[in-house]
Amino acid sequence: MRLATIAVPHVALGKLFARGCSIFVLALCFTRTSLASANNSIPNIFKPESTPAEEIHTISRFTLTITGLIFAVVFSLLVYAIARFRRPGAEEFEPPQVYGSNQIELAWTVIPVLIVLVLFLATARVIHSIQEAPQPAAAVEVIAVGHQFWWEFRYPGLGVVAANELHIPVSEAGKPTPTFVTLLSADTDHSFWVPQLAGKTDLIPNRRNALWMEPHQTGMYLGQCAQYCGTQHAKMLLRVYVDAREDFAKWVEGQKQPAVAKAEVAAGRRIFEQTACINCHAVAGTVADGRFGPDLTHLMSRETLASGAADNTRENLKRWIRNPEEFKPGCLMPAMNLSEPELEAVTSYLETLR
Amino acid sequence: MSTESIALTGVQETGRPLSSVLQSWITTVDHKRLGILYIVLALVFLVIGGLEATIMRIQLIVPHNHFVSPQFFNQMFTMHGTTMIFFVAMPILFGFGNYLIPLMIGARDMAFPRVNAWSFWLTAFGGMLLYLSFVGGYGLYGAGAAPDVGWFAYAPLTARTFSVGHSTDFWILGLLVSGIGSIGAAVNFVATILCMRCPGMTFGKMPLLVWLNLVMGAMVLFVISPLTAAQIMLSIDRFLGGHFFDTQAGGSAVLWMHFFWIFGHPEVYVLVIPAFAFVSEIIPVFSRKPIFGYPVMVAATVGIGFVSFSVWAHHMFTVGMNSYANSFFALTTMVVGVPTGIKIFNWIGTMWGGHLQFKAPMLFCIAFLFQFLIAGLTGIMLACTPFNWQLSGSYFVVAHFHYVIVGAILFALFGAFYYWYPKMSGRMYNPTLGKLHFWLFVIGFHLTFDFMHIPGLLGMPRRIYTYEPGRGWEVWNLIVTIGVFFQACGVLIFVGNLLWSLFAGKLAGNDPWDAWTLEWSTSSPPPEYNFAQIPTVSSRRPLWDLKHPEDPDVD
Amino acid sequence: MWTETREKGVNSASTAATIESQWNLPYRGHVGIFCLIAAESAIFIIFVVAYLFYVGKSVTGPTPAEVLELPIFASICLLSSSVTIHLALSALRREKLGSFGLWWALTFLLGAIFLFETGIEWHRLIYHQGLTISTNLFGTTYYSLVGLHASHVTVGLVLLLTVLIFFLLGKVSSAQKERLDVLSYYWHFVDAVWVVVFLVVYILGR
Repeated sequence: MRLATIAVPHVALGKLFARGCSIFVLALCFTRTSLASANNSIPNIFKPESTPAEEIHTISRFTLTITGLIFAVVFSLLVYAIARFRRPGAEEFEPPQVYGSNQIELAWTVIPVLIVLVLFLATARVIHSIQEAPQPAAAVEVIAVGHQFWWEFRYPGLGVVAANELHIPVSEAGKPTPTFVTLLSADTDHSFWVPQLAGKTDLIPNRRNALWMEPHQTGMYLGQCAQYCGTQHAKMLLRVYVDAREDFAKWVEGQKQPAVAKAEVAAGRRIFEQTACINCHAVAGTVADGRFGPDLTHLMSRETLASGAADNTRENLKRWIRNPEEFKPGCLMPAMNLSEPELEAVTSYLETLR
Repeated sequence: MSTESIALTGVQETGRPLSSVLQSWITTVDHKRLGILYIVLALVFLVIGGLEATIMRIQLIVPHNHFVSPQFFNQMFTMHGTTMIFFVAMPILFGFGNYLIPLMIGARDMAFPRVNAWSFWLTAFGGMLLYLSFVGGYGLYGAGAAPDVGWFAYAPLTARTFSVGHSTDFWILGLLVSGIGSIGAAVNFVATILCMRCPGMTFGKMPLLVWLNLVMGAMVLFVISPLTAAQIMLSIDRFLGGHFFDTQAGGSAVLWMHFFWIFGHPEVYVLVIPAFAFVSEIIPVFSRKPIFGYPVMVAATVGIGFVSFSVWAHHMFTVGMNSYANSFFALTTMVVGVPTGIKIFNWIGTMWGGHLQFKAPMLFCIAFLFQFLIAGLTGIMLACTPFNWQLSGSYFVVAHFHYVIVGAILFALFGAFYYWYPKMSGRMYNPTLGKLHFWLFVIGFHLTFDFMHIPGLLGMPRRIYTYEPGRGWEVWNLIVTIGVFFQACGVLIFVGNLLWSLFAGKLAGNDPWDAWTLEWSTSSPPPEYNFAQIPTVSSRRPLWDLKHPEDPDVD
Repeated sequence: MWTETREKGVNSASTAATIESQWNLPYRGHVGIFCLIAAESAIFIIFVVAYLFYVGKSVTGPTPAEVLELPIFASICLLSSSVTIHLALSALRREKLGSFGLWWALTFLLGAIFLFETGIEWHRLIYHQGLTISTNLFGTTYYSLVGLHASHVTVGLVLLLTVLIFFLLGKVSSAQKERLDVLSYYWHFVDAVWVVVFLVVYILGR
């Protein structure tokens, strides 16, 4: 029976080869820092700035090298087989019927097993090193509680309560000050992921998890929730500010202060305290002690609102309070239906919460 | 002895009223018709699932897009995943298995034809139940509308408190019902293969497709049950006030994850093993050589079947298990890569020294080899737990599993379509359109899924309806979306080719590929009774022996 | 499984006939029911795992030790029914239809007593001990596991009753032996599950 065949031109083979190489090269490319941006606006896992992230980076490059080599070998064999054994026309005789070879099977069983062994041992070492890292005495302790759709941060040792923007001190070689975070959840599953500082760990209700960071470089690092937690999962953004020692100390001092009552915003404060705001929000030093929503005592010390959904400006703050659905449709803060003058007053009050 | 004498040519029935034709299809218990029904069902859901994916990709083409609302987007990714796994992949593989297994083992039908029909209709009904959810009204949080909890429906997001209305209930019920159908189909596969082989067809002489479907069928029995059990528990929580996954009452969210992934991981092997089966039949025929290392291929598949039940928690590396558990699952996950890799080597070994013919089925199988290799290697990266702590829950994972499901499984399925279409329809497809489909789809696939790895490496998590500008994700998302349109064109050409060829294709004859397994000895399409006389076989390639009596197939 | 015979070329009529006459594959009914049992076992295992996982983790409410009583009588009934169904089928094999009917009816009766006793126990737990499926983790896992088993017993009883009715209508003979074998495997499975449930709930869990 004669079969018409469709020949694959050489140029198409070349395209396949190029595509295959490009995939591999792209992967390896990102282990080099070519996509670098000095201000960390790109949360690139291959630009670690903290010990656990660096350890992950090292093992990931090892893994990429091994898989890259495997790819190169098998890919080449495949391309060679396609090029060498193709028969565009019909052949008169069938090729020699080869059924197998025990030696070859043994070889390509043993080699992968050895590769697996090496890779596993390297992996296990890093798992242990990260998960069983001892906590030095000077470590900063944070409790992170995941909520739909914001982050609560408490510093039990320092008496600070914050939200959405985490400040931690940079860790210096001589006297390390890593930050150890206990991860809890108030409702459903979340995940804390700031790629340049650590691998992600989930926040699961009725469970205590932990992660640690040991940043070596000051700056602001971006992240976001990495476990689907509901409608506004996409906007549960995260920022970690790694401060120099003194800056961190100053920040802590500022955060420990209760709110200062200012006469000119008394009207706004009254509205805040007499409508349902205080059911959800807390302002230290006032009657407001709601825990459902973020603590607002130092709202103005944050650069963003609504866990990163908007920049912290007066205009955005008004828009947020007027109708949260504008920035985060499906979030759990209701629109309070304030009149415009009430809105102005409350916004002015909130602007004093520095 | 020619192969034409074995079977009668298909008898064309003309002039029957449509109602009679429809009734014969609806009440059929013939494995071939049920196979085609499964395949058609899957193709319909493939188009729907593809639409859902397209909607998502359009929403993500630029940051802060407003193409759909967040609520609708969340429904899209949930329905896309659920549809593709349960109403595309499972049915289409059961469909091909149903069609081919009796033909390949020399039997007249499956072991339990009525259970077969019942399983199909349950699957179809489950799909309709799931899609009924779209028709529900919108209330608070879109209550009564389609499920929006993700295809793995993590607790406690699925509890009454967080998932108001019936969207989650549709997810549970649709899958419970079709799950029972899957178990029925699996029982049929196992019983048929164990009990209905023609004389002489010992286990060592079964075609690899039959072996691999036996492993898959046996796996399904143990795979679907944990999901069924977990869904019953979730229903008890939601309807009877139970506390299985109620974290406020001491319940564990992680327990749901364990149960789900004890289902979920072996499930993907259930999906890929039949894809391996197609490739194991097609590559030898278009290399003109027998499969290299048949016993090793069987052993590797059985090995994969068993080991795959021990790797599930690699989906849970980030939930805070202790370092010993994390190490254990990293090890088992890497270990399962060994038999999988061996299979790739054996396929290359089959091609080696052969006479390769690049017809459409072979083109898709070659692309399968490249793409499955890459998918397996990104899998090894994910098996490395610390690396996983960065990659998990990101677009890197999404790229990885689509590489397996689209790049490997769907490509193997396209190969299978082109290979067995002449047998099922009696007609040849248009080869130029087949080639066009291949290239369009390959280009589209690589545009989408190669570049999808990159946002994951740059910190983009999955299941987000929008993303922030300035994080370096924009250009990659744009390229990913563009690839979708190439793939859509490819699929449209594919469907068009199948339909057009049904009426205008060249007659195929019994054995257009000069192949070697029993289905090629029947007419195209085969008669309802498959074989006029049940054959007796004495080797793995009975038709090869008939065509080459001087060089018979050797064990 | 892996044959040693090597046939070259076309089968001769005699070798084909030899192969056919020696070709014995398992009965598909047996394979089918074993597959079903495998799948059902997997479901039960998950419920057992959940039960064991949650032992001692209830935040409130009655504990197993406080409220559970060993269902000795019910267990004896159920496990004896495995014996009686076996005796029924032996009788059927020897064409003793009368004995078959008696043992079969007894099997049904013992199974029904088991269900009845379970009902009584549940009534006591709910109305006197205040333990429902929504009380606490123990309640949830207990009623789910025992209830799942009881539902399987119920299905079995319906099937047994169907056969009994057919028997009384005179339609059962040794020709149905293999089908009734299949049903008896299901029944033995249900009894075996009870052994596991009994151990887990009433021995280990308390």
